[in-house]
Amino acid sequence: MKRVLIQGGRVLDPQSGRDEVCDVLVEGGKIAAVDREIAAEGCEVIDAGGCWVTPGLIDLHTHLREPGQEYKEDIASGGRSAVAGGFTTVACMANTHPVNDDPSVTDYILDRALHDSPARVFPIAAATQGLKGELMTEMHALVAAGAVAFSDDGKTIMDAGVMRRVLDYAHGVGRPVIVHAEDCTLVGEGVVNEGLVSTRLGLPGNPATAEVIQVARDLHLAELTGCHLHVAHVSTAGAVDLIRAARDRGIFVTAEVTPHHLALTDEATLNFDTNAKMAPPLRSAEDRDACRRGLADGTLDAVATDHAPHAVQEKDVEFTKAPPGIIGFETAIPVVLDLVREGILSPLELIRRMTINPARILHLEYGTLTPGVPADITLIDPEKSWVYDPAKGYSKSRNSPWTGKPMQGRVVSVLVGGEPVYDVERGILTP
Amino acid sequence: MIGRDLLAISDLTAEDLWKILETAEHMQEVGRRDIKKVPTLRGRTIINLFFESSTRTRTSFEIAGKRLSADVVNFSSSGSSLSKDESILDTALTLEAMAPDVVVVRHGVAGVPRRIADALDAPVINAGDGAHEHPTQALLDLFTVYQEKGHLEGLSVAIVGDILNSRVARSNIHAFTKMGAEVRVAAPPTMLPVGVESLGVKPCTSLREAVDGVDVVMVLRIQLERLSGALFPSVREYAATFGLDREKLRYAKDDVIVMHPGPVNRGVELAPDLADHRPSVILEQVRNGVALRMAVLYLIAGRAPAPIAEPKQ
Ligand SMILES: [Zn+2]
Repeated sequence: MKRVLIQGGRVLDPQSGRDEVCDVLVEGGKIAAVDREIAAEGCEVIDAGGCWVTPGLIDLHTHLREPGQEYKEDIASGGRSAVAGGFTTVACMANTHPVNDDPSVTDYILDRALHDSPARVFPIAAATQGLKGELMTEMHALVAAGAVAFSDDGKTIMDAGVMRRVLDYAHGVGRPVIVHAEDCTLVGEGVVNEGLVSTRLGLPGNPATAEVIQVARDLHLAELTGCHLHVAHVSTAGAVDLIRAARDRGIFVTAEVTPHHLALTDEATLNFDTNAKMAPPLRSAEDRDACRRGLADGTLDAVATDHAPHAVQEKDVEFTKAPPGIIGFETAIPVVLDLVREGILSPLELIRRMTINPARILHLEYGTLTPGVPADITLIDPEKSWVYDPAKGYSKSRNSPWTGKPMQGRVVSVLVGGEPVYDVERGILTP
Repeated sequence: MIGRDLLAISDLTAEDLWKILETAEHMQEVGRRDIKKVPTLRGRTIINLFFESSTRTRTSFEIAGKRLSADVVNFSSSGSSLSKDESILDTALTLEAMAPDVVVVRHGVAGVPRRIADALDAPVINAGDGAHEHPTQALLDLFTVYQEKGHLEGLSVAIVGDILNSRVARSNIHAFTKMGAEVRVAAPPTMLPVGVESLGVKPCTSLREAVDGVDVVMVLRIQLERLSGALFPSVREYAATFGLDREKLRYAKDDVIVMHPGPVNRGVELAPDLADHRPSVILEQVRNGVALRMAVLYLIAGRAPAPIAEPKQ
């Protein structure tokens, strides 16, 4: 049986609370032991000196664009980009063409992932048929096919009656409903955060209140139904406060935040860069700081990239016409490491929000280094300096606000099921 | 110093603005001659790239270019030249291949002239982008007020109308505050952008408060199609509350002037007799627009290394 020893790294395993320099032994594709000075005899040795050794990162919010928009991304390229960013498991949203609202589409995605993706892929099925916000999907059949959650992400289910029934039904299925919470009547034509920047640029503003109102409604509906509500890409101080208070009241809610909402503000749009156009938009510094505090105090459970590839010709248009979203796998770690460097989060707590927390939200067995689980492991050099160039990355798309920017911290090696799939020097290691 | 392009008043300093106004004074002299033409930009090509129709602004740039002896070519989206499927950058790059010396861009979406400027070698002049800026309009307004009042610092200027959706308002706010004038903006709150004070202006929710003791009232055109966006309930109510007439103008200074970027909705934002007579200076604005745009074209296109004649003093 093949044995791999990852030697001398700083092992961060949030599940067990372990944060110490030690070794990780992988045997037959599973974690065999985590301990100090494990004997290296008969092992293939990976020197992890100076690196963090973490459970493979989990991204619970991504858009892999297959089926239907393979010119932006497909499951193969998205999976390669994921592992290059340290993500061994990703969940992909349902807004493909056709929409993943039918078990045949879920099957297709899983089949492609099995053959083409170095990362594990878990489909999130649509909550309503065709993402229309009207009739719910066959949730039992979708879960049987392999869907792990339900979401109309990209759209908001505006009809509160429909949303209530979706939550009620999903509760019976035992899976979370993930919401993209923006009241679209308040968003209107808005393309940037409503505030000093929209006022200056003359671009239509999207008020923070559009998110806050929708989160408030969905929290009340979660309370009414008892269903697990997961709030995607929280961007406002108001939503962070509401989620914190709801959690205190015992409502079953979890939430995520993206690296870009943690790092950037609406000032990134001052030059009309469409790669700073997101939904929800980049917000004010106060909102960003509230999201950082929410992540630090556990109100926001997970960091999720909302990896959203778009082709150059789609982004290189009028600001109002450009689709929102950016690619995010390969920049996530260096961007969120800034929070550790600024003392907002400890390394262990950051990794918790990128491993075991998203695993629990989606009921996955990954995200730990517990002996016996599949050996999905990410090695991160937290000091490594580099310059991000999406042309040298693995996504088919290049829509990133960090293009050409200096980065600190990089994923250097990734194992999935004990097999090396990525190495920073040699690149992707599987076909 | 003004840069290669003229994209936004917010990019400029008071010194830049003065330099443009001084140059416009020289250009105004050209407009008073029998033969209103100087050879300054002979052999240069100016492309007017208008993705949004505006006969007034386009004609003003065209006359300004021709008075400087430049060759002026117009492309507009109403013609077949700018097809819907062609991206703005493709269009701009196609034009670039024709080696223009200046490209004048008008577009309905904020930021497009800046993106085109980033993509082109030729300098770009913003002739209005969405609700962002309309720098040459603000410059000609500044020029008109300067000529009327003899100074700019310390003046009080009220801008009345749909500030939220107005590029003219944004550019004028930057222009007049940079020159040391006090600027007030007045509109129903649905037409005031969030945090408008951050632009250095005082928001007013009544016309009376806005015009009280001012030297200049700048009235904006109400876009009647905005009614569908329900920013105001009816033309009648708007005219009654924010429409300017001589009665409401009584609260301003005796020598107040009234401006409007045109075309005027008579009887809506401006009473008909006020639109056509003093103290309104609407036709001066149009006249000054040509001299001002000559100045801008001269300062931008005249910079290229070819020999150019100084404008006659
Ligand atoms: Zn979303």
